[in-house]
Amino acid sequence: MKTAALKTVDRRDGKLAMAHFYVAFIALALGGLAGLLQTLVRSGKFELPAGIGYYQILTVHGVVLGLVLTTFFIMGFQLAAVSKTSGTLTNRQRLIGWIGFWLMTAGTLMAAAMILLNKASVLYTFYAPLQAHALFYIGLTLVIVGSWLDGAAIIMAYARWRKANPGKPSPLLTFMSLVNTILWIVATIGVASTVLIQLLPWSLGLVDRVDVLVSRTLFWYFGHPLVYFWLLPAYMAWYVVIPKVIGGKIFSDSLARMSFILFLLFSIPVGFHHQLTEPGIDPAWKFLQVILTFLVIIPSLMTAFSLFATFESYGRSKGATGLFGWVKVLPWEDARFTVPFIGMLSFIPAGAGGIINASHQLNQVVHNTIWITGHFHLTLATAVILTFFGITYWLVPHLTGRTLTKALNKLAIIQAVFWAVGMTFMSGAMHAAGLLGAPRRSSYSEYGGAAQAAEWIPYQVAQAIGGSILFLGIILMLYIFINLAFFAPKGEEEFPVGETSEKAEKTPMVFENWKLWLGITVLLILFAYTIPFIDMIENAPIGSKGYKLW
Amino acid sequence: MHIHKYEKIWLIFGLTTLLIFLSVLGVSAFYLGNQPPSCLATINPEKVDTTKPFNKPGLKKVKGKAWDYELVFVASAFNYNPGEIEVPKGAKVKVIATTKDVIHGFEVAGTNINMMLEPGFISEFETTFDKTGEFLIVCNEYCGAGHHMMTSKIKVVES
Repeated sequence: MKTAALKTVDRRDGKLAMAHFYVAFIALALGGLAGLLQTLVRSGKFELPAGIGYYQILTVHGVVLGLVLTTFFIMGFQLAAVSKTSGTLTNRQRLIGWIGFWLMTAGTLMAAAMILLNKASVLYTFYAPLQAHALFYIGLTLVIVGSWLDGAAIIMAYARWRKANPGKPSPLLTFMSLVNTILWIVATIGVASTVLIQLLPWSLGLVDRVDVLVSRTLFWYFGHPLVYFWLLPAYMAWYVVIPKVIGGKIFSDSLARMSFILFLLFSIPVGFHHQLTEPGIDPAWKFLQVILTFLVIIPSLMTAFSLFATFESYGRSKGATGLFGWVKVLPWEDARFTVPFIGMLSFIPAGAGGIINASHQLNQVVHNTIWITGHFHLTLATAVILTFFGITYWLVPHLTGRTLTKALNKLAIIQAVFWAVGMTFMSGAMHAAGLLGAPRRSSYSEYGGAAQAAEWIPYQVAQAIGGSILFLGIILMLYIFINLAFFAPKGEEEFPVGETSEKAEKTPMVFENWKLWLGITVLLILFAYTIPFIDMIENAPIGSKGYKLW
Repeated sequence: MHIHKYEKIWLIFGLTTLLIFLSVLGVSAFYLGNQPPSCLATINPEKVDTTKPFNKPGLKKVKGKAWDYELVFVASAFNYNPGEIEVPKGAKVKVIATTKDVIHGFEVAGTNINMMLEPGFISEFETTFDKTGEFLIVCNEYCGAGHHMMTSKIKVVES
């Protein structure tokens, strides 16, 4: 497939991917504005106009950034990556992709309408027994079903490539897109079950009561792999795209595949670490899932090694000497490298924080404090999103037949600096206030003049400063995106796909054995969930009626 | 599959620290008994006010148990009952709480007391209040428009 690696993505596939990106960046604009307003409200110096509720904009922020921006961007990126590395989609595959796109868009509009009408201020986790309007749940269902159709197009493209190339390992980017798609489908079965079997009939009034613990458990069965669904596309760029951008080689094709398989196995049977402080679950089962959670540290360490090995090998090939001489020769003036690199750096404190959060006992100090919010603004809102921005800088002009000009490249680096500074303030202050006990997901409050609450307020002012800098970063990003989509000079922008180092060994075919990997995935899920889930159902208390308390 | 020598060293180092870390967590949980709050008892959330011990929220001295006091809280949108309570310093206390409506949080800021209150379940946590002073209780799970106004207070006083 050497020739395919030089081809541009077919225009028709490009249009499908771009459609996903338009929605993603509209979501960035809306969600970013909501985020800015939240930090301002929490500073205590600003009130929302026109009777808009804090929790209404918090719901907007979580839904459009956590669910809409991510899902649309990831599916668009993966469709483009598969089309690039495994050949143009067939008409049928592309049609299925378009149906998926429109279902997701229709679902997003439905859910958004309910949130704006204040019928669904339930936040993006929509925990029962708070009960949103039925159309909110139907909208979310459509988003998920639509994403399954996008996923089906990816699976079909993979299957077609394998059939045409018997006995050969699939192209690395296609393989990675496939793993992430499988992860997504297996994970979303949980949230689809609670929405379709429990919440939708209940919100329609067909049933009176809902089992809260079962619903939460199904949600978190989905909620943790969700974060790996966000992370793996960033890893695709780190493993495959960045080596090409800097002019180096992929350190090892096999190890990259192995780490993706390990993420598939160990990111799902771990939802209890989000439920450590809740009643109704035996602590021994919680501990088992804590152990499984920590097994994802292995592929994370492999990824860190592989990335820095690529950087160092490249630097040394350019004649760098000394222990850290290779750092100097990296292409720091290239936004396609520097922007995701800042994201990688943020993943170091982000990963350490994650280890604290998932720890059986340490979690109790930070559970549901704003420390957690600070944590996922380093993972998702820095490591992942800066990498997505870094992808945008070459993928969007590649798809629209334009180029990333020198001026836009410079602006992109400035954008990332804004982001890093703003996030240091905001996430740093969130971590600090969280350790002092400040709760997450809470509007401005002096808690009856309590001395402890007064200590939190200076940190909230710092969050507002950080949030404002981040919002400037969002405006810059939107400016760059609109330019790359519509106004930048015509030309050819490269879709960088790295090649494996000559020294690396041949990739074993075992990685393409889906019966094996899906089988182990299912066994691990059954092992971690069957008994506690049966316990929950057997010992269930009377269910809850719905409440609308906003 | 070939793995580079340096990568082997890196992974062995990482796995060893991971094993040590998990062993510490495991010993703490199963030998020292530091488990997160995981009470398995259930309750009818609509009959909380008439169910013992939630019919009388507040502090109660108990005898013949591993703890000296039981501190009972009832949460509902958007308040805790009791709204303020005094606890003697150094007392071994079992906090027992539940909710009458939606999910609430129960976090005593500045301590390790942090648990979810879910309709139909009782949440418990044993603790000792070693420092005097006022400790703020906040709801740390979104429960509706008044979520950030939901609060109570524990005053730890010299016994």
